[in-house]
Amino acid sequence: MRLAEHVYSTVTSIRSQLLFVEKVVAVRMGEIVRVRRPDGRELEGEVLLISNDTVLIQLFGESRGLDTSATAVVFTDSVRQAPLAETMLQRLFDGSFRPIDGQPLFVPETWAPASGFPINPGSRARPQEFIETGFATIDGLNTLVKGQKLPIFSCAGLPAREMVAAILKNARVAEEEGQGGAGFALVFVALGLTHHEYAFYLEAIRAMRSDYVAFINLADDPVVERLMAPRFGLTAAEYLAFAKGRDVLVVVTDMTNYCDALREVATAREELPGRRGYPGYMYSELASLYERAGRIKGRPGSITMLPVVTMPEDDITHPIPDLTGYITEGQIVLSRELHQRGIFPPVDVLPSLSRLMQQGIGPGRTRADHRDIANQLYRQYARGRDLRSLEVIVGRDGMSEADRDHLDFARAFEEEFVHQAGARRTVVQTLEVGLALLQRFGFEAPP
Amino acid sequence: MEGRITGIAGPTVTLAMPGLKMYDRVLVGAAQLFGEVIRLGPEGAVAQVYESTRGLALGEPAVSLGKPLTARLGPGLLGSIYDGLQRPLPEVAAATGPFILPGSQWPALDQERVWAFVPLKQPGDKVAVGEAYGAIEEDGTRHFLFADRAGVVAATADGPVTLAQPLVELEGGGRLAAMEEWPIRTPRPWRRKFAPTRPLITGQRIIDFLFPLAQGGTAILPGGFGTGKTVLEQAIAKFAAVDIVVYVGCGERGNEMAEMLEEFATLNDPWTGRTLMRRTIMVANTSNMPVAAREASIYTAVTMAEYYRDMGCHVLLLADSISRWAEALREISSALEEMPGEEGYPTYLASRLASFFARAGMVETMGGKIGSLSMILSVSPPGGDLTEPTTQACLRAAGAFLMLDTALAHRRHFPAINWFQSFSLYDQEMTIYFGKEVDPAWAAFKRQAQSLLQREEKLREVAEIVGAEGLQDLDHLVMHTAARLRQEFLRQSTFDSDAFSTPQLTFEKAARLLAQHSAAEERLARGDFLTDILREMV
Repeated sequence: MRLAEHVYSTVTSIRSQLLFVEKVVAVRMGEIVRVRRPDGRELEGEVLLISNDTVLIQLFGESRGLDTSATAVVFTDSVRQAPLAETMLQRLFDGSFRPIDGQPLFVPETWAPASGFPINPGSRARPQEFIETGFATIDGLNTLVKGQKLPIFSCAGLPAREMVAAILKNARVAEEEGQGGAGFALVFVALGLTHHEYAFYLEAIRAMRSDYVAFINLADDPVVERLMAPRFGLTAAEYLAFAKGRDVLVVVTDMTNYCDALREVATAREELPGRRGYPGYMYSELASLYERAGRIKGRPGSITMLPVVTMPEDDITHPIPDLTGYITEGQIVLSRELHQRGIFPPVDVLPSLSRLMQQGIGPGRTRADHRDIANQLYRQYARGRDLRSLEVIVGRDGMSEADRDHLDFARAFEEEFVHQAGARRTVVQTLEVGLALLQRFGFEAPP
Repeated sequence: MEGRITGIAGPTVTLAMPGLKMYDRVLVGAAQLFGEVIRLGPEGAVAQVYESTRGLALGEPAVSLGKPLTARLGPGLLGSIYDGLQRPLPEVAAATGPFILPGSQWPALDQERVWAFVPLKQPGDKVAVGEAYGAIEEDGTRHFLFADRAGVVAATADGPVTLAQPLVELEGGGRLAAMEEWPIRTPRPWRRKFAPTRPLITGQRIIDFLFPLAQGGTAILPGGFGTGKTVLEQAIAKFAAVDIVVYVGCGERGNEMAEMLEEFATLNDPWTGRTLMRRTIMVANTSNMPVAAREASIYTAVTMAEYYRDMGCHVLLLADSISRWAEALREISSALEEMPGEEGYPTYLASRLASFFARAGMVETMGGKIGSLSMILSVSPPGGDLTEPTTQACLRAAGAFLMLDTALAHRRHFPAINWFQSFSLYDQEMTIYFGKEVDPAWAAFKRQAQSLLQREEKLREVAEIVGAEGLQDLDHLVMHTAARLRQEFLRQSTFDSDAFSTPQLTFEKAARLLAQHSAAEERLARGDFLTDILREMV
């Protein structure tokens, strides 16, 4: 610990949002610096690389107006920390954890590093408590559980935000006996959103009448802050979940903007680009966010994550959805075709998956026949979808009666089971709809 | 030896410390982060640091331990859960809470636990290097202890011992202890290596019947996300007919690790009836834990696996996934500003992988026992594209290729192993073995099953053009049986009693299906109606 701040005016070069400072002693990796412009205004930055006495600094903001002679760099000897207290609830912050709702910062009860520490795999509790979202395609076929990270893979123009808003409105957690938690809280992280989208979400958040804290980085806010906002959000979530015992739902939208910011910053640092220009460490980078979801043995509280990923060019093999899918416990995939047919939510259940479903369903959690109904629906619908390509070639009349039944089933499944317009369904209703559909087509009712 | 930090870049740290050797272990900074020297040059020594370098400061001290990164080996490994650097995770959690803080050092083995030692050498006996001088009963596994030096036994312990004490005193002052350290990047030696001749029974019908694996062999499981790599690896870890399983969660999901830990503590080994954890060592380095430790994790694991192989055990190493290891290698290589090869991976990726695969095998150990080390590694190709460098490098070294198919997974056909693209180089030898041990008709039935699946594929193409009505009765029968083969035989649920199938049961199931097919073919030839035959077949 230094007794005083170090001030240097040895800036040798400035390149986009990077600053080189020379002849620095005892600098720390990740240390926060304040850069004082010649006109007196200040800007924050972070130490990125140390090589002998030359230090590379990443600026959080535009380098416009900086020079190499009058600019001063103040080294603070501290790494980036997040202020934490329950009074941060119902508040709005920017990507650097500064209040943007016109009120002063709350009084922090404690501080924690924004990048967090990994949860010890031996201390993790297995996620198994069912969360009811009100959507048949999720509750019935791709069940979400507490502590899971389940992204929504959307395409440009599809109603992912309407879906998230409906989940925020409808989500209910199956309460376990004797686990008196301190209630539910939402952490909302907006990354690179347009003002239009942001306003939509804000309205949805305010309408749900539960505790929330929001970190807002809009499309015209600094790109580097886009990389910090989810980290602050997750540090706040960890505090609320594991120190205060709340069930926290973290909604991050849109992760595609996060990855593009990462690419932009990495390129400015002249790092070697990987696939499609994204840095090679993007997997570890995304994992350091997604893996902060979970539950801890012997503690109440949980972090459940619902990130939204917009697939560029509707391509699920694009590095962003691809790497996300490798880290998260499943994915909910939206389909443009279903959307065009007016089906809401337009979830394509075949590529969708929840890896933690097996634990969340069954007797005592949802219903004993849940797994059988889900499997049967999947099987028959997959068959019907396979046959659609055949129908295109040979025509409906050229197909056997059994095949035509499957085609009709697939259509009915989409229109009656997947489609629910604005209506919320309980999991029991969902299962009943599915069962009735199977029986109507005479597909062997599960035992 | 002491020195100072002169530079920090990502997970690598430059040190001003003369006298360091390559791959020496160092403790870096005031927080004493664990590191390993990977480059020496005029600018100083570069160490890869196994923990986050955030907060590390220029000028902070560094200390060399004067030895390479090692694994501690001895009784007590079974049932343990380690991170990539062999730190026992439950003990770390008990001391520092549920989050892993940087800079914590822990002994890998419990020094105070009392073991029952049975000496195999009495005072006055000669003992040679690599010879067993005693054994400890470890959770039902006979844990042999081998001498690391020759001499004449002067005194030996008998009965309860701990790892902290020497077990045997040699004449002239040498001592033998139950715990040893072994550098993880150096393969443990053996006397002779054999070609694989015995199957590694996995309990998965499609693997054991169509693509059999071998004890001492290697296999890779490539597949895009959601194709069930992890579920299949875990199913094999539960049911494989081996003595010891070493499972590495290399850069994968924490929740899945938690799920697995819970299951292994409660489920029983179908072969011995003991709890699975008692035959298992877990290495968990999840995707958010430090990258450099991920790189080390597979070496830590394989060293422990070799240690049990040397006792004459049949050991299976499962890693999920080797792609994350390759990515860790790429990250470190890029921090060192090395010349990149294909897709940014270092050019030594293939040779590093090949030498890792070479640590598998059926061997005669230095102690004269027969042990084996088999490997099944999952591969996560980006975008499911199998032409990427890691998959290709693995393909050149692995003995079996079990390709997981996204289309099958979407249809919820698990295990989603593609039966056209996959192969096993051990096929011939193992089919001979099964022919002898299970049923002489094994090879014939297998050929018939494969040919039915191939004919189904061709017929399906035809049907897409002329419509299913245009097929002949015999073709319909083939499609019918092939569909049953797929649904009742190749498909196997991991969540119920079907999860595990012995080779005997596998064979009987296939034989029953194929016999029905042959009978139906005969009836068709006699002029019976197909609809009648199919109705009676169910």
